[in-house]
Amino acid sequence: MFPVNELKRSLLVSIWFAFLTFPIMVIKVDPIERIVTWRWDNMFFVAIGSFVLSILVKVYFVRKERRAGSKKAQTALTEPFVHRILREPRFLYPLCLACLAFAILFPHLFSAYQTNIMTTALMYVVLGLGLNIVVGVAGLLDLGYVAFYAVGAYSYALLNMHFGLGFWIVLPIGGLLAAFVGVLLGFPVLRLRGDYLAIVTLGFGEIIRLILENWNDFSQGPSGIANISRPGLFGIDLSFSASINYIYYLVVGLVIFTIFVVNRLQSSRLGRAWLALREDEIACQAMGIDKTRTKLIAFSLGAFWAGLVGVIFAAKTTFVNPASFTFLESAIILSIVVLGGMGSIVGVILGALTLILLPEYLRALAEYRMLAFGGILVVMMIFKPEGLISNVRRSYQFKKLPSSESE
Amino acid sequence: MDYFIELFFGGLTRGSIYALIALGYTMVYGIIGLINFAHGEIYMIGAFTSFIVATVLSIYGFPLLAIVVIAALAAAVWSSAYGVTIEKIAYRPLRHAPRLSPLISAIGMSIFLQNYVLLAQTSDFLPFPALIPEFAFMEPVAHIVGSSDMVILVTTALVMLALTLLIKFTRIGKAMRATAQDRTMAMLVGINVDRVISATFVIGSALAAIGGMLIASHIGQINFYIGFIAGIKAFTAAVLGGIGSIPGAVLGSLVLGLTESFATGYVSSDYEDVFAFSLLVLILIFKPSGLLGKAETKKV
Amino acid sequence: MSEAILNVTNLTMNFGGIRALDSVNIDIYPGEIVALIGPNGAGKTTFFNCLTGIYTPSSGEIRLRNPETGKETRLNGMKPNRITEKGMARTFQNIRLFANMSVLENVMIGRHCRTHSLIFGAIFRNPATRKEEREIIDTSYKILKKVKLHKQVNEQAKNLSYGAQRRLEIARALATEPFLLLLDEPAAGMNPKETEALVSLIRLICSEGHSILLIEHDMKLVMSLSDRIFVMDYGKKIAQGTPEEVRSNPAVIKAYLGEDVDA
Repeated sequence: MFPVNELKRSLLVSIWFAFLTFPIMVIKVDPIERIVTWRWDNMFFVAIGSFVLSILVKVYFVRKERRAGSKKAQTALTEPFVHRILREPRFLYPLCLACLAFAILFPHLFSAYQTNIMTTALMYVVLGLGLNIVVGVAGLLDLGYVAFYAVGAYSYALLNMHFGLGFWIVLPIGGLLAAFVGVLLGFPVLRLRGDYLAIVTLGFGEIIRLILENWNDFSQGPSGIANISRPGLFGIDLSFSASINYIYYLVVGLVIFTIFVVNRLQSSRLGRAWLALREDEIACQAMGIDKTRTKLIAFSLGAFWAGLVGVIFAAKTTFVNPASFTFLESAIILSIVVLGGMGSIVGVILGALTLILLPEYLRALAEYRMLAFGGILVVMMIFKPEGLISNVRRSYQFKKLPSSESE
Repeated sequence: MDYFIELFFGGLTRGSIYALIALGYTMVYGIIGLINFAHGEIYMIGAFTSFIVATVLSIYGFPLLAIVVIAALAAAVWSSAYGVTIEKIAYRPLRHAPRLSPLISAIGMSIFLQNYVLLAQTSDFLPFPALIPEFAFMEPVAHIVGSSDMVILVTTALVMLALTLLIKFTRIGKAMRATAQDRTMAMLVGINVDRVISATFVIGSALAAIGGMLIASHIGQINFYIGFIAGIKAFTAAVLGGIGSIPGAVLGSLVLGLTESFATGYVSSDYEDVFAFSLLVLILIFKPSGLLGKAETKKV
Repeated sequence: MSEAILNVTNLTMNFGGIRALDSVNIDIYPGEIVALIGPNGAGKTTFFNCLTGIYTPSSGEIRLRNPETGKETRLNGMKPNRITEKGMARTFQNIRLFANMSVLENVMIGRHCRTHSLIFGAIFRNPATRKEEREIIDTSYKILKKVKLHKQVNEQAKNLSYGAQRRLEIARALATEPFLLLLDEPAAGMNPKETEALVSLIRLICSEGHSILLIEHDMKLVMSLSDRIFVMDYGKKIAQGTPEEVRSNPAVIKAYLGEDVDA
């Protein structure tokens, strides 16, 4: 099936990669003991791996071309299975109920350890949904999202330490504070072009982290703040395992709340304006949309959610330090949004659960986690920029409308 | 006064290293309009390659001069190979995609490469061999300007000169300038744009690799993460000078290097990186076209 | 004649050393269809961009007067969205629809500046918000009917034919309730049949109380449609008047020399 020429080219690719990775993959030196280790087996793996990959990619493109030939048939066929389920209330509601039931029963079915992991994964679901408003819906690439997460976490840590404020009071404060910081930052930067905005937010995220690391009087520096109170339940002191379950349910509640809000926002006047801004800013302005204000709302709303999760993070781990808020954290959340599908709620949820749970359960993979996250960003952009589950376009039925009766 | 001069030369050294990296950013941006986020990683890979090659050669007992030359060549060759490969894999397929797609891809590439080096080598800091000897003729001024500072400054100056000549007078240099002006037009007059873009990545990566090797031997240690901060700072320098402008990148780098040096020398070194990041944020907000860049007019 | 709704005096626009507009004076009165013609590069689109706030003019005055309230506003330096709110909307020469949004949603975006609900309304969907949303959909649908796109409401804008995309641009602009509508080459790329339909559409829009300023190269359309014509060349207004006056104006003939005036 494969022409010899193509095989030859794949062979060249494989030789190229063997050469490319030679110093770093093959040679390992110990400069102190002055020993050189030659790991020739790695070269073999790289060669085989790149050969197979290059053939797979070629097959993919050949198929894609063939499908493009029969475009009409394809659009009918590729209406994804997930979309059809999401459109039909008949399937959607039972599915949602099943998920909810599973979520509620989870701590009773699995150990506290598992519950803890699930809580973390669900926190990333919320972070993903929050960032999704900014990146996926409004099209603003925010690389400093973790800064708002840090604002939430530190506001609980500090307010708790200095004033003894409880979790439930700080939860909204943390969210609002993050949103406020979002407005402060957003105001000057949101008029920047997309790629500059990305870099500025990245810089801002790093500034916040470096300040937390260096301003010892304020944040206790790199050693962080420990012994943060867990959330209380009407003044009852919860046992350790009960408090794990408690936080778990709290996060489940937050997930549901977030889904509800994001879903409503997307189909609102504001949501439409965000989508339109992503498509064409100049046309948007010419249609009377206040660009800066609309972006600012998206930006600070995303920050608000990061702030909420930040507070919960501080309460869950009872310890915060600047190391939890590096650029890589922002990149992980971005990977979730990109993998799941920008603008798609279901996509982001699946993206978060996959990316966070998979390395937890496949310990062998844990080491390759960040490698995979980086790879995902590249691969998704090239092969499936719309994500695993692309956003469902809302369609309108006009039979119900009085104005269309005459037609 | 000696302290001032010491800081001044320290700043110049820093600045020249930033310049070697910033040139890659600015050239790539000038030609394909992309912030090559993975460029810092190219620099890191250059430093690693030269580290590996130099250490191997020194274990096998090669003379210092041979080690330096071979390590520099190896760093330049492999960094360029990485640069070209990254462009082919992660950027070329996205040339007509929305502007943010290649940027996300570049960020992914950067994270990927960091972890690739981390997994294939180590997460520890590695001691980098001292490739630059203390010259006897530098003895009288050694307390203010070290030999390695001098080597870095001279090398950078020579590299810049070579680059200027290349861009001004060679065929590929002219093709690069044409492509930067107007890609479609360049294509129409028969310039192989793909080749020009590859050449840009080769040159940019080789410069970064030289920078990586110089700074690593100057500081004396490397790890997989050095590319991130260096990359951001060089990018700051490129933006400060006006991204897309080659003299701008050099100017911006020297300004950034000097201010950093004086700020850490006279004020405090705690906030060294905060300073660079703040500068980046402020320039992008208030003067995104930089010192020597052209302001963009939007077309409707 | 009543007072002008748009009054442009000495409008000048410099790009670096290039003077794209040179002291242009133009008035538009209620109920008029006015055409702006001139060779390529004469500065017509730049003129539009200055009016709609996409460029800030170097000097000169732009004043917009709402014919109903009589309120006058100076538009210089105003943001594009504020200008649209004041009652002047535009279409784009190189179609700028929201390509991946549906036809209806494109028009609904046009309703944005006449509606108000924000986060609170979006989350709680209170009666006022629901009423507003219904109003947005109804109005948008009516406008789509006017431009004969109501059968394609759920189609993605990018899948429409060229002519339909131009009509959708007009619909989207109409949704902002402008009293003055600026059309930048509305007939470009249309076949004769589509152009004919466009002429009657523009007449219909005008008869409903929208004044129209249009840039167009199709002279047949311009001559048959417009009440008055302004001619520009090299950033300057070189002539103005009724179609007949402009047709026989020697300066116009000179500007178009070599071009077929009746094309």
